[in-house]
Amino acid sequence: MAVATERSLSMVNAVGEAMRQAMEADPTVIVMGEDVVGGAGRGGSKENAMGGSFGATKSLYPLFGGTRVRDTPISEAGFVGAGVGAAAAGLRPVVDAMWADFTGLAFDQIYNQAGKMSYMFGGQVRLPLTIRVAMGSGLSAAAQHSGTLYAIYTHLPGIKVVVPSTPYDAKGLLLEAIFDDSPVLFFEHLKLYVAKGPVPQDPYRIPLGVAEVRRAGSDVTIVAIAAMVGRALEAAELLAGEGISVEVIDPRTLSPLDEETILGSVERTGGLVVVDESPPHCSVASEIAAVVGEKAFDSLNGPVRRVTAPHTPVPFSPSLEEAYAPSVQAIVDAVRTIC
Amino acid sequence: MDVSADTLRSLHRTMLTIRLFEQRVAREFRTGEIPGFVHMYIGEEAVAAGICANLRDDDYVTSTHRGHGHCIAKGCELDAMMAEIYGREDGLCKGRGGSMHIADFSRGMLGANAIVGGGIALATGAGLAATVRGTDQVAVAFFGDGAANQGVLHESLNLAAIWRLPVIYVCENNGFAESTPAAYATSVADVASRAAGYGIPGTIADGRDVLEVLAAARDAVARARAGEGPTLLEVKTYRFMGHFEGDPEKYRDDEERKELTANDALGSLEARILADGHASEADLDALRGEIEAAVDHAVEFARASAFPDPSTIERYVYPEQVAQ
Repeated sequence: MAVATERSLSMVNAVGEAMRQAMEADPTVIVMGEDVVGGAGRGGSKENAMGGSFGATKSLYPLFGGTRVRDTPISEAGFVGAGVGAAAAGLRPVVDAMWADFTGLAFDQIYNQAGKMSYMFGGQVRLPLTIRVAMGSGLSAAAQHSGTLYAIYTHLPGIKVVVPSTPYDAKGLLLEAIFDDSPVLFFEHLKLYVAKGPVPQDPYRIPLGVAEVRRAGSDVTIVAIAAMVGRALEAAELLAGEGISVEVIDPRTLSPLDEETILGSVERTGGLVVVDESPPHCSVASEIAAVVGEKAFDSLNGPVRRVTAPHTPVPFSPSLEEAYAPSVQAIVDAVRTIC
Repeated sequence: MDVSADTLRSLHRTMLTIRLFEQRVAREFRTGEIPGFVHMYIGEEAVAAGICANLRDDDYVTSTHRGHGHCIAKGCELDAMMAEIYGREDGLCKGRGGSMHIADFSRGMLGANAIVGGGIALATGAGLAATVRGTDQVAVAFFGDGAANQGVLHESLNLAAIWRLPVIYVCENNGFAESTPAAYATSVADVASRAAGYGIPGTIADGRDVLEVLAAARDAVARARAGEGPTLLEVKTYRFMGHFEGDPEKYRDDEERKELTANDALGSLEARILADGHASEADLDALRGEIEAAVDHAVEFARASAFPDPSTIERYVYPEQVAQ
């Protein structure tokens, strides 16, 4: 729960503050990626012209300089791999890969190297690497700048996956991710970047693997991921008007997944709807549905419903993109089929 | 090149240890006792020995699927190496990695790597870590001629060049990427010439002469330690055995093999040591006996070590599971 505070920050500034505080606390934390400085090497006012594609790293270069805050060339395999190697050699790199879709260029470095090193090497190595990416539809960024991809990384042993839905969580989870000794993929939803929410100034951490109940209810459980949490809450409000009491769970991290909170909720409500802004095949929605089907089947009063994107890339045209991510109406409709 | 008798003897010990270790692994592999598959470094010993002789314990190396030689040259214990190759709990990686994933972080050996080119970016990052910490450590990426055509090499050379990272990129050009000749697969005769595209030194050493490798590496390591940036060092070498043990090697030319194996770096070094009076035949025999005994011990150690308990299959995926 957010502690009482007067201060409001956007998610983009919350993650920026987390990185700044991590760098202040630990000299081995470095930040690198495309345009995390901007205008690198030009000097004067031209330098730090970007501070990240979305401004998250803007405060870092003036404070910590070019040794610890590094613009990279556009070569994801090279700089993500260098992040892996630097982590293996004792740093805590925070690598900005800009968009989730771009991680494909560095997939070997994440999947075959970072994710397997602890296991392959019998626990000899800690790999405290954080890879930050933006994701999500809704800005007509089209097929190669909108994908979520967290399902891919949730599939991989050795990798942790974080999907914050509030500025408060984004700061606490990013600080935790940076100081975690495993590689963490940290997904920041573009549609959540600007909205402000309460964020305490002092550093704090939120453990990975602990879900948050965003709204308590008794008739049906909705598990919603990242930007879908807000839509699930809207749906819950509408359904409350019809006398349906909805519990909304934000898992906050997908790997590890807080199964206990989800299962405990379903055991009480008897119904589950999972809302996931991703294609449905082998999705996180499917995984959560499977977990509940296996472990809480006897509690279910009806089928588990997955409300997902269609099995397509993210379309460009606003009319199509509007139909891509699950709508509040689609969530309401799914709940009605089992309540 | 002027080198001390101690240096010559030390290089010889390393190369002979690699040779005898590998010969034994090949022999034991044929008994079926070693799981999976193994890639022999025989013929290329001068590369690992000549490069690593310039390194300290706190310097880093990343290796390849053909990594036993790099491990030995970087100081890994033979017992724990062999136990790893046998898939046993007392192996360097507790049997979770095997021949293609031997690592020993206590020696700066950041892992053999079964993805061709997989270690290149990692060494670049290790060099970055040294730079950020402000130490004079260096990192060496060993890779083969096959990896010379991987995009990640080119991305890494560029990154190391613009950041002047203390990394030595060592291409062990043994002529074949599995069965595909380097002459076919690579657009230039010398991989080292690609350094020009990144504005860094590209040098070539003859892998038949360990002193030439030693000297080339000494220059590259000195440059790196002085903060002058990376070097691409190509060593022309030849693997005497197949890509893996059991490879029928139908792509080989017997004449070529005869010619190249005749110029064995290990044999040449022994001849020089004898000719210069740094050791006698009896000394070399004694050394051989000592290393053979160490390799025997390693095999016995490996065989006596338990296989990992199946109930521990999920351990080590995440570091917090290590203490379990």
